[in-house]
Amino acid sequence: MSRLVEVSDLASCREGLTRERSAWPIRVTLSGGTCGEASGSTGVLKALTTQLHKDGLAEKVHVRVTGCQGFCQEEPLLIVEPLDVLYCNVKSEDVSEIVRESLVNGRVVERLCFVDGASGRTVQRPADLPFFAKQDRELIGHNQSIDPCDIGDYIANGGYSALAHVLTSMSPEAVIEEIRASGLRGRGGGGYPTARKWEQCREASGQERYVICNADEGDPGAYMDRGLLEGNPHSILEGMMIGAYAIGSNQGYVYVRNEYPLAVAHTREAIEQAWDLGLLGERILGTDFSFDVKVARGAGAFVCGESTALMASLEGQVGEPRSKDIHTVERGYLDRPTALNNVETWANVPRIISNGSAWFAGKGTDQSKGTKIFALTGHVKNTGLVEVEMGTTLREIIFDIGGGPQNGKQIKAVQTGGPSGGCLPAALFALPVDYEALSAAGSMMGSGGMVVMDDSACMVDVARYFLKFLKDESCGKCVPCRVGTDRMLEILADFAEGRGTMEQLDTLKDLAWAVGAGSLCALGKTAPNPVLSTLRYFHDEYEAHIRDRRCPAGVCRALARYVIDPDLCADCGQCVEACPHGAILEADVYQIDQTLCEQCGLCAETCVVGAISRV
Amino acid sequence: MELSNVDTILENRGAEPFDIIEVLQDLQGLHGYLPEELLCRVSESFAVPLIEVFRLASFYRAFSLKPRGRHLVTVCLGTACHVRGAPRMLDEVVAQLDVEPGETTEDRAFTLETVNCLGACALGPIVVIDGEYHGDMSPGKLRALLGAVRDGDQAVVASV
Repeated sequence: MSRLVEVSDLASCREGLTRERSAWPIRVTLSGGTCGEASGSTGVLKALTTQLHKDGLAEKVHVRVTGCQGFCQEEPLLIVEPLDVLYCNVKSEDVSEIVRESLVNGRVVERLCFVDGASGRTVQRPADLPFFAKQDRELIGHNQSIDPCDIGDYIANGGYSALAHVLTSMSPEAVIEEIRASGLRGRGGGGYPTARKWEQCREASGQERYVICNADEGDPGAYMDRGLLEGNPHSILEGMMIGAYAIGSNQGYVYVRNEYPLAVAHTREAIEQAWDLGLLGERILGTDFSFDVKVARGAGAFVCGESTALMASLEGQVGEPRSKDIHTVERGYLDRPTALNNVETWANVPRIISNGSAWFAGKGTDQSKGTKIFALTGHVKNTGLVEVEMGTTLREIIFDIGGGPQNGKQIKAVQTGGPSGGCLPAALFALPVDYEALSAAGSMMGSGGMVVMDDSACMVDVARYFLKFLKDESCGKCVPCRVGTDRMLEILADFAEGRGTMEQLDTLKDLAWAVGAGSLCALGKTAPNPVLSTLRYFHDEYEAHIRDRRCPAGVCRALARYVIDPDLCADCGQCVEACPHGAILEADVYQIDQTLCEQCGLCAETCVVGAISRV
Repeated sequence: MELSNVDTILENRGAEPFDIIEVLQDLQGLHGYLPEELLCRVSESFAVPLIEVFRLASFYRAFSLKPRGRHLVTVCLGTACHVRGAPRMLDEVVAQLDVEPGETTEDRAFTLETVNCLGACALGPIVVIDGEYHGDMSPGKLRALLGAVRDGDQAVVASV
């Protein structure tokens, strides 16, 4: 590809790329994001390359390694086109059969297809996968047709046409108006109207302005941004470029978590390729717009996901939040006007420009427009990245897309919004995903983590987990956050270890109020949410821990124990062998000596008849 | 420590304010931890007081001021892993290695770390050993895995 020096070059470049791609007779798509790699995609790719060379097919078959396609538990996924068939959990050993049957003979290898648990039916076409069928994969769906390390794929799929359109036929003000009309709100959790942020930044006084992409996705149980950045980095770059044009900036930064090495690598590669093509640098596409982007790696501090802390970190300081009396749109990075948006927000921008604000505003609810990606995880059959239209109910996401509970258990709650969010009970699953509706119920949209919990989860333990997380991650600047979370955690530990009193519940609520009221940033302000929401919806579980010294789910270690059900026990003695602590006694019936038991669970894992359980 | 590598990392840095954190990341990656000597080099190179460099190195979780073991075991404690039994995985590693998170075994074979989330939640509970992800862990599988790594390590140590 040669450098694009004017706008018309982009169209002719795209034509060439599309022609080249339509000439590939057979295409194999292998998902190789973090989940894919962790499930063995690298080995599959190696086996595939070797096999294709061996069979003399290397020229005929085009292999594309993509980012995460969303159905993470079935990774690595492999799609063969034009046969239009999807294989799940592919292993290196399966490769020769796939090549022989599907690539050479055009036949489907049925044993590798997804089997729908509900209907028992084998699904061959990717589009027929029930997991995908009920989603609206506007953003994440493109991962399937894009090699993140090949800018050609992005351009062939229409990439950078929104930028070209903006640079040639829209004023910065018109871009902001278009975003305003779309109703786009921040996807990082706050839900602040994107256009308002851009406008304030544009109007702020100062010569230099910056755009920042917040990819410090620290919420545990959330990885939407990783999915986008790993799988389609150019969509984020293009969004940032359009935003930079709108606010009048020439410099952008992508601040990525250090724990996402693949996202860092793909973003860096994308920037390099965009530079080589002239899509970054001076006078882009022959216009007056110049822009550069740099990648900064986070260093493992959760609080750096907060905008002012992130900017402090970018400045080479420790990531402590600042007071927000002065907005970062006026004085942000290096005290200059800065527009910071989340990965998913930026990714939405080129699509809004290309398809029009009316198209975007046509999706969703009154106040929440477009689609939203969620990381659906925990105790649910189908886990992965789920993109739905705003307004979709929690029930539709958890049951229709997620497939409901695993192993016939009962789902009792979903945790949304990460550590700042809350736990919503199954009774509220008719709630739509909508910024206001989720906040009113005591949780929040957050960045999009959705952890499903069945009756094997203890809500006191969950509250304790999040509070411990926030206590560890508090930067320590504000005393109510630093000390208050610690005191709250002590009370929860008392509950979990059977020392709690009902009076402590009031102290807990008082502390929750004080921590929220006395903290500068969102970390502290929302730190009490997991405690307050579980107290609100799962009060009975707290009472069981306090009054009965009992953990109904059998999770809290001090209140739980392993027992052998003598009626189920097959007397095989394997648990005795497995127990490293000599805690299983052989008498008339096998029994566990609770004084010796360390609760490692090896006995339960070993038992073939499932006679050992934690209660 | 290969001084030339350190020089390469320090070279041409300082154009952006965050380069100092990037340099610490690279040095940590190269060396496994940040010894005092390296912190001094960074302080000189960036003309930043040593106490500021130390402040950064001790604030951010990615940095370690203590030497690490030959093998790094990281237990993911993300929410999805937590509800699928991550605390029991951590208990198992602690019991097997007899170290607390953040510590290194006396024979320098293992360092145990925890991470808040690796963003590979569908595979939980996850334990990463030397960069390799092991999903769907159970105490039994973990015990076998650690045993295999320990055997491999002892064979290497014995052969040296």
